[in-house]
Amino acid sequence: MMELVCPAGTPAALRAAVDAGAHAVYCGFADETNARNFPGLNFSREEMAEGIAYAHARGAKVLVAINTFPRAGDQPIWHRAVADAERCGADAVILADLGLLAHAAERHPGLRLHLSVQAAAANPDAINLYAEAFGVKRVVLPRVLTVEEITAINREIDVETEVFVFGGLCVMAEGRCSLSSYATGLSPNMNGVCSPASHVAYAEQSGAQEARLGGFLIHRTPKGAPVPYPTLCKGCFTSGEQTGHIFEDPVSLDATRLIPALQKAGVRALKIEGRQRSRAYVGQVVRAFCAAVEAADKGQPMPEGLLAKLTEGQAATTGAYAKTWR
Amino acid sequence: MDLSVGPNAFFWSAETVRDFYRALAETPVQRVVIGEWVCSKRLPFWQDEIPGAVEALQMAGKEVAVTSLALITLRRERRQTADLAEMGLPVEINDLSALHHIPEGAPFWVGPVVNVYNEGTLEWLARRGATRICLPPELPLASVAALARAGHAAGVAVEVWGHGRAPLAISGRCYHARLHDRAKDSCQFVCGDDPDGRDVDTLDGRAFLTVNGVQTLGRAVTTVAGQIEALRDAGVASLRLSPQIGAFPEIARAYAAALDGAPDLPGTLARLMPGAEFCDGFLAGQPGVAQVALG
Repeated sequence: MMELVCPAGTPAALRAAVDAGAHAVYCGFADETNARNFPGLNFSREEMAEGIAYAHARGAKVLVAINTFPRAGDQPIWHRAVADAERCGADAVILADLGLLAHAAERHPGLRLHLSVQAAAANPDAINLYAEAFGVKRVVLPRVLTVEEITAINREIDVETEVFVFGGLCVMAEGRCSLSSYATGLSPNMNGVCSPASHVAYAEQSGAQEARLGGFLIHRTPKGAPVPYPTLCKGCFTSGEQTGHIFEDPVSLDATRLIPALQKAGVRALKIEGRQRSRAYVGQVVRAFCAAVEAADKGQPMPEGLLAKLTEGQAATTGAYAKTWR
Repeated sequence: MDLSVGPNAFFWSAETVRDFYRALAETPVQRVVIGEWVCSKRLPFWQDEIPGAVEALQMAGKEVAVTSLALITLRRERRQTADLAEMGLPVEINDLSALHHIPEGAPFWVGPVVNVYNEGTLEWLARRGATRICLPPELPLASVAALARAGHAAGVAVEVWGHGRAPLAISGRCYHARLHDRAKDSCQFVCGDDPDGRDVDTLDGRAFLTVNGVQTLGRAVTTVAGQIEALRDAGVASLRLSPQIGAFPEIARAYAAALDGAPDLPGTLARLMPGAEFCDGFLAGQPGVAQVALG
């Protein structure tokens, strides 16, 4: 059966995911070492050790994301995070930075390494490079690939692949995007945040509602209509004669119906995005996906409408997987 | 400190490419990176210009390297990347997977869209054979200084994004094609209509971004015109100038003069590029779009 890798932004969400049947949970320390560095989220060292013990007692794994790019001059902060994850009993660490991978491979030879989506390893040559150089055991694939491309990649590599199936959707190659820092000074790579809430402003302007990021107008909707969060790549812009979502509509990813195809493509693990989500949300999504993964394993059709409630009010897309981008 | 010219990001006709490199050979830059950086579909239209351009640049005494694509996914693109290593020029890797095709220990350069944020990464690349690294444009000066020191110790020349619209993102999706309601495979090369990229404005009319096929750049021209002394003090070896369609030889000469002590580079650039907006926030640790040291 494919492994279901579920998000946990808090110890409560970790327990909810484990209780709902998650095979593995991923989470991070409460600092800039992980790419969901949001206020009120993530784990202290003590919480991490407790969370891992809770998961292990119930047969689930914990993967610790240390997937920002260490700041020059401050590498020890990231090195300590790797050492602490190992000490807490993590089943693997999820890393993106070459230097940090080299450090972990050399200093923590017993620690299993996963390659973060933030490393943007999008072809077999890149994946094999990480496998040969650092002994990486699993790679989280960027969300820019089609199912056919994933199938082809799996034929040429020996490491496991993990793909995102639900939640937020990056349309740019992840870990290679500075749109957020161009507008706000804070980036996923350096600060673990994208389009951060600290730089968001909502206002009413002549009967319309506006959402700005770093002072730039990203959305304008009629009064009463929902105003999407102003994530840069899902904003509404004008280019020449055209006005609209130049990069991507404000949609989220739902590849539920592609689970059998992904399984056939040789994918080892399915990942759910959403470490910023509540434990109630995490529990619901995990239960739904457990059912889907079990059905796929038995060759049964995907249960219909499982996630309808969770995507209510927001359009969903299969992203690049279904090849519409080509 | 000297000057490097990066690969052209945009889709130009063969004739435009020929004229560009012919004129560039006459400018006081030390090295040039040439090749297709953004979209593999463009290359057949201008690749026949590459040998002549390389020869002209080398005859003029410039070091020349050839770039990899910034995002390599297709089998055809992987084969193209393998071919680069056979050209007899240093390869500038702009997607880490290009390294797979370079023999261990053979010298190579690293471009600005490979993530080099810290000493550990720089040192690992140096051990693999990197001799020159252009840092990601979003890095603040403190990181640049630390990396320049590490580069000095490891025998790697450290370069900084000096002039040009900053590359901010690369995608599997083509935004030029999307703007024309076309899929990437049937794009009909519409990006060729916009030789400096296509403008993207906010809904209230502020100039913001530039779309260039699968690449997104800042709209304002990033320039270190007001930060040259700080970069020299930090031990930076070169400034990278990124090709644009207008006045590029004059722009290169203006930077060369500024490195020799000529005053008021920001003023000169403003005269050479009337109507352009400039920015320099990244180095100051501020939003990249901000104007900090431009005076």
